[in-house]
Amino acid sequence: MARTEIRPGLDRAVSLWLALLWASLLVLPWYTLEDGFFSFEWLDGYPIDSDYAPALFLVAQGEKLWLLPLFLIALLPFAVRGRIKTDPFYSRILIAAGLGGLAWMALQGFSIGIRGWQFETLEAWFGPLGDRQFGFGYGAMFVCFAFLFLLTQGLAARGAVNGDSFVVGSIGLVVAIVGIFIFYPIIRMLSWAMRTNDGVYSIGVFVEKITSEKIWGLGCVTSTIGCGAAWNSLFLAILVGILTTALGLVFALVVTRSGLQYRKAFRALTVLPIITPPFVIGLAIILLFGLSGTVTQFVAELFGVQPTRWVYGLPGVLLAQLLSFTPIAFLVLIGVVEGVSPSMEEAAQTLRADDWTTFYTVSLPLMRPGLANAFLLGFIESMADFGNPLVLGGNFDVLSTEIFFAIVGAQNDQGLAAVLALVLLGFTLAAFYAQRFWLGRKSYATLAGKGDSGLHAALPNRLKIPVYLIAFLWSTLTLVIYLMIVYGGFVETWGLDHTPTFRHYITAFSIGWTEHGLHWSGAAWDSFWTTIQIAGVSAPLTAAVGLVTAYLLVRQTFAGKNAFEFGTMLSFAIPGTVIGVSYIIAFNVPPLELTGTGAILIISFIFRNMPVGVRAGVASMAQLDRSLDEASLTLGANSWVTYRKIILPLLRPAILAALVYSFVRAMTAISAVIFLVSAEYDMATSYIIGRVENNDYGLAIAYSTVLIVVMLAAIAFLQLLVGERRLGRRSEKAQPLMAAGG
Amino acid sequence: MSESILHSNAASVTFQDVTKVYGGKVRAVDNVSLHVDAGQLVTLLGPSGCGKTTTLRMIAGLEMATEGRILIGEQDVTLLPATDRDVSMVFQSYALFPHMSVGENVGYGLTVSKLPKGEIRERTEEGLRLVGLAGYGDRLPSELSGGQQQRVAVARALVLEPQVLLFDEPLSNLDAKLRRRVREEIRDIQTNLGLTVVYVTHDQEEALAVSDRIIVMNNAVIAQEGAPRDLYDAPQDRFVADFIGEANILPCEIVRRDGEMADVRVGPIRRMLPARDLQPGAAQLAVRPKRVILSEAGREDALKGNLVKATYVGSHLEYRVETEVGEVFSIAEDDGKPFVQGSDVSVTFAEKGPVLLPADDG
Repeated sequence: MARTEIRPGLDRAVSLWLALLWASLLVLPWYTLEDGFFSFEWLDGYPIDSDYAPALFLVAQGEKLWLLPLFLIALLPFAVRGRIKTDPFYSRILIAAGLGGLAWMALQGFSIGIRGWQFETLEAWFGPLGDRQFGFGYGAMFVCFAFLFLLTQGLAARGAVNGDSFVVGSIGLVVAIVGIFIFYPIIRMLSWAMRTNDGVYSIGVFVEKITSEKIWGLGCVTSTIGCGAAWNSLFLAILVGILTTALGLVFALVVTRSGLQYRKAFRALTVLPIITPPFVIGLAIILLFGLSGTVTQFVAELFGVQPTRWVYGLPGVLLAQLLSFTPIAFLVLIGVVEGVSPSMEEAAQTLRADDWTTFYTVSLPLMRPGLANAFLLGFIESMADFGNPLVLGGNFDVLSTEIFFAIVGAQNDQGLAAVLALVLLGFTLAAFYAQRFWLGRKSYATLAGKGDSGLHAALPNRLKIPVYLIAFLWSTLTLVIYLMIVYGGFVETWGLDHTPTFRHYITAFSIGWTEHGLHWSGAAWDSFWTTIQIAGVSAPLTAAVGLVTAYLLVRQTFAGKNAFEFGTMLSFAIPGTVIGVSYIIAFNVPPLELTGTGAILIISFIFRNMPVGVRAGVASMAQLDRSLDEASLTLGANSWVTYRKIILPLLRPAILAALVYSFVRAMTAISAVIFLVSAEYDMATSYIIGRVENNDYGLAIAYSTVLIVVMLAAIAFLQLLVGERRLGRRSEKAQPLMAAGG
Repeated sequence: MSESILHSNAASVTFQDVTKVYGGKVRAVDNVSLHVDAGQLVTLLGPSGCGKTTTLRMIAGLEMATEGRILIGEQDVTLLPATDRDVSMVFQSYALFPHMSVGENVGYGLTVSKLPKGEIRERTEEGLRLVGLAGYGDRLPSELSGGQQQRVAVARALVLEPQVLLFDEPLSNLDAKLRRRVREEIRDIQTNLGLTVVYVTHDQEEALAVSDRIIVMNNAVIAQEGAPRDLYDAPQDRFVADFIGEANILPCEIVRRDGEMADVRVGPIRRMLPARDLQPGAAQLAVRPKRVILSEAGREDALKGNLVKATYVGSHLEYRVETEVGEVFSIAEDDGKPFVQGSDVSVTFAEKGPVLLPADDG
């Protein structure tokens, strides 16, 4: 059977991208549309009105003449007609067209903005420009994609990555979007940190801001004044990192190494906080331990002491964060604890180690990467956490809330926000590096391909009692808090008036009938539907980007792979608050004008949650033997077909994990969201925060309960949708909610 | 099986000065040239890390040659990726797709080549019939035994009627008895369909049993190639002699040449052996363990030895003997009167069998 002959001329993929290029130049509206594409308002006036016109009509009418070179560049690829793929000319032309097109798009995009020339030097050289342009719209966006893929096709034809155009294209795409949506905003933020409020760049101001007493003050050590936000954040994050890791380990041990019944229920209990909107726990803590909280009042009456506001500040924030983030540590550690090869423990025991020595010298060291990961996650989550400190912080200033107040407060000092965000980023990146350094190059792989028929060692006796005790107390606390949350939505005013009522639910979620049909009259419906919509759109995109990246990392070798991996994992170490600040700084002006749209929320979710998709994908793909891909390749499938028919079907658990995680995160995220929401696109979490700030706890809690129920339903639905792998052996349950986050 | 609807498009494989370098440093295959005739089964044999698997993967297109040219038939495929080569491969792990039925596995290559449905079904059934698994199409790979999975992998590769069929240690996951049967089956299918097969193994017995020709590789280069008997009877150097069928390598001296024959001396032993172009002087002698004969101590024309270890392994006895020219390993029939460990013995060699090798360079 003869395989594909190499025919001269453009192959299908190149023709396709070329067609897209020209379609975008000739047909699609070039600039961003104020009312969105799908409102189709733009059809009125299209294609002549310069706000809506495609590039062709703009240039034809003598406007935006700087777009003209794009047409010339877009003609280039036609020169390769009649040449074969391996002809050096073929690849050179495609690379030239792709690079040239992208370069020109960037150059004109950054040079010409809303007020004409963006840089004074340009104005000085060319004289004032009588024209201006807005952000890239669909036309410009697809032109960029087309140029990008022409470039990758050219690189593949030159022999990059064995000439595999699917792989080269994927690498190009991931590099481009990571560059635009992670590195670019961070760099923009860096430059803003050096600007004064008058728009002048000054190192002096930067130094002054970054060394300010408000950030680094050490007043709390010697006196009663509070310390700087940086120290507070750092101290809190280290505490949270250590304690969540310890608690997570305790739970993981109980679930895997004890014969206790109800382990499943226990597992569910520890997972619950993950699907809880972030500050709900903070709220519940106020309701229990606040000035008029149940526990506070009870204790006050019992001992006749004056109720205090002790919970506001470090204790409250710490408790809330522990409750919120321990499950994440648990999910990381359970995989690790299960992954420790039982034969190694059995080997230790046959070498006369007792159970405690075995645990301490073999099991625990093997869990080291898991412990480091769990600590890092707790640390970063705590640094980035915004909801709990806002609700419970009191006078305990932390960086994330300071950043928020710098932007929304009376100061409205984006420069200061950028500086604070930089400090925050510095901490998390340092932790990220410290973790890598600590783990070093040691191999902790204990799962060999061969079956391991051993049994996990039981818990050493001296660990059993404290572990069970902690697990029990903690579960009780969690249960009480969740009962409170549900209960709190059904009473008039918590702590004052415990009359049962549906008032909060009715205010938020009432549905009326009008002559136009169903009317979503409740106050929460707008933000609710926006949230569902945005979470629904971003989840599959996140999973897709994550799994493609994982595929590239695990299955392909290419130059610069390490840098590539670092870039894709970087957003994992960037707190949401920092993402939020950098996005409003970077995407408020052309060429990428995204603030106020739903797209910016979706994009922020994709890049916040992508590392989880990557990790889930990397973990499961590493278990797929490489020979499966190779078999498919030698049977005549190309790498795209192999990816689609072999790898994806076998990755169902990872897909599910990535989908569930990104959906849940999109529904519960607050730290980045709070900066990016707009009147039109308000998210549930920011709506709830607004209610909390108005002391409307009942409504906030009712809304949160609804979100939790919706998320549970969504998880069940996704599980059904993705289905299980059919492998014949024991049915493989999809992993529960993914470990690791950021 | 001449009525089979599956045909062979057998083509030759040629390497011209092919080199594969990993990471700019490690030379996995160093300037190798080889030729596999169409319709032959050729084995790449060697210890692990010798470059045999890399060679195979370069034929498949899973690795790209750093230098040199690779031809399949007349076509230069050096730059073609695996997808575009008309080659299929049976993997060591079988690499059956666990989420597809046996039939879907076998038909996979046909499906992605977009053949008509009817033809896919026909060829899949024929492929399964050829390997003796007719009727197993609806099962999952995990429901089959190791040997059956192996055959599915073979069928999957066969139905594409490849120009070259590659086997990467196909028997290593099977138990010893099954191994013998499956290798015979593979050989039968290959001869009946007239396929070109390149077969990688580290098991010399397997290689001797199935091959038309064997290419022995060591340290990234070809050590020797030839028909199985040539390699066994006339190894070129110490490595081949020892790798194919184990040999005692002993220092010896060629006293004089007499035409094609050489007068060889090992201690007190004298033999006339084919000279193999070696000149008088120091040389080495390769003696298979079965050609080492032990007898009572005290013979004049024998090496004096001390029996270090005697092991009874059922079908025969194994002796390790310390002699003046080094340790000698011997295999002897169990005649019911084994030598006693620790006793002195005389060591001689059979008239035929010992092979002269050049002296070690280093």
